[in-house]
Amino acid sequence: MNITEKILARASGKDMLEPGDVIFANVDKIMLHDVSGPGVIKTFEKLEKDGVVKVDKLFDPSMVWVAEDHFVPSVDKISAENIVQLSKFTKKFGITKHFKYGLGQYGICHTLSHEEGLVSPGELYIGGDSHTNTTGALGAFACGLGHTDVAYVLLNGNLWFKVPETLYFKINGKLPEHVMAKDLILKIIGDITTEGGAGHAMQFGGNGISDMSVESRLTLTNMTTEAGAKNGIIEPDQKVFDYLSERGVTEYDAVYDDDDAQYKKTYEYDVTELEPLVAKPFSPQNVSVVQETTGIELDKSYIGSCTGAKYEDLEAVAKILKGKKVKIRTEILPAAISIYKKATENGLTQIFIDAGAVVGPPTCGACCGAHMGVLAKDEVCVSTTNRNFPGRMGHVESKTYLTSPLVAAASAVTGKLTDPRDL
Amino acid sequence: MKGKVIKYEQDNIDTDVILPGPYLKLHEHAELAEHAMEGMDPDFHSKVKEANIIVTGKNFGCGSSREHAPIALSASGIEAILALSFARIFYRNSVDGAYLLPIEIDEKTYSAISEKDELEIDTNTNVIKNITKNQTYSMKPFPDLIGKIIEAGGLFKYKP
Repeated sequence: MNITEKILARASGKDMLEPGDVIFANVDKIMLHDVSGPGVIKTFEKLEKDGVVKVDKLFDPSMVWVAEDHFVPSVDKISAENIVQLSKFTKKFGITKHFKYGLGQYGICHTLSHEEGLVSPGELYIGGDSHTNTTGALGAFACGLGHTDVAYVLLNGNLWFKVPETLYFKINGKLPEHVMAKDLILKIIGDITTEGGAGHAMQFGGNGISDMSVESRLTLTNMTTEAGAKNGIIEPDQKVFDYLSERGVTEYDAVYDDDDAQYKKTYEYDVTELEPLVAKPFSPQNVSVVQETTGIELDKSYIGSCTGAKYEDLEAVAKILKGKKVKIRTEILPAAISIYKKATENGLTQIFIDAGAVVGPPTCGACCGAHMGVLAKDEVCVSTTNRNFPGRMGHVESKTYLTSPLVAAASAVTGKLTDPRDL
Repeated sequence: MKGKVIKYEQDNIDTDVILPGPYLKLHEHAELAEHAMEGMDPDFHSKVKEANIIVTGKNFGCGSSREHAPIALSASGIEAILALSFARIFYRNSVDGAYLLPIEIDEKTYSAISEKDELEIDTNTNVIKNITKNQTYSMKPFPDLIGKIIEAGGLFKYKP
């Protein structure tokens, strides 16, 4: 079996599983946030009213953690009320891992999952958000769900899963300077399309992955969601163990591929010649090399989200912005307070402000068109986020170009879509 | 079930256009219905007065996991979506939350059905009857567990 099959087998008490098998598996960790959380609350209210279930306690509150990320700082009375309801919910059910806006560490749910070491190798982790796939880079089965499924797991501790077929991406070589993991995942999505991974596990391996930092790997698994994948996953290695150890997590049962592990299909990528890429409006699969799209006039550069505002993303941006001035509105939103703090301690925040950018609080913000810099009609944005569907970041006639943090920063400096090598 | 068709001849209709991000803060089903398909079809609300089935292409409901998307469609009156394929979370949400029937159809059926056609869908026999055109098509049967969850009326009512 491969790593995905082995985690699901262990979680469902089976010795052997094959793709296509439908199982009920025990879940180890559950995440909800200020959108899926109120959805869960509403679901429970309705189920109780209809006499379907009684919700007086959760299966195990210690499995659960809660993020406030989509609508913080509160946008209006409704979103403020959602946060209040979420706080009442976690208090009522004894959920202690609630990362609150303005109260110490908080941030985007998928960023907290690794920053705080909330999910370990070998675990089955589900979250009420599609980009839950991100955390598979730590060697867990990580999968996004809607709030009814999350509510079911909160009550029962298990859920049905169909064992996915696995697409294996063997990555060879070292990424060139000015090319990031974001470029690689855009390349893959451009090749296989937004339905190319539909319902599959997307597993990454090879010496190109061993060479990559944990944060870079998280960018890859994050955007497996854009290819339609059920989960993105990478076998854990010493880099992952060290990363978790730095966060006080040392005990877990890591899982690896068996020697005879099977994949539905293997794709090989030599990344040594990879160039900076861009996904043009209005789909993450609409990919071309930045060199062929340079010169597109921009109104804004947005550096944020679970995809593109981790510490190393900010480091890449700082490398470009140091000593320069931005020509277009540039918004930089570190993905968690811990990242914001480190960026400040190491002088990155100063570089950003000196360049003329604004540095804002961690939030999903404009990535999902919620607030904090949404786009007007006809506005054009280069963004380190993960989606560029019509209206994703604001008006349906705004345009978003998805790129690496390096390209977004270089473009901020010139005001046009720019290959960082040309700066 | 029986009803008329709204046809969207395109692939990859994502949940951001089905229910745009700013409304994710809403959780009342009736309020979500007001914003259904706001990102792509301003005429949806007039169309849905006379129709309850959407027919569309591949990968319907891709993108964000927001359960708000099937809720908004269901609360607007949509009872079934006939698509060449569905994105996995949208499919799960539709079934587990018992909002609407996600039915997979083949290319031939997809081409044969037109806007405003009246269909009768029988999920026991897996037959779709086109009353307007006097044609019948087959639908892909629901996998075993999915069929049982639908029959139970959603995941919480299903007893494994």
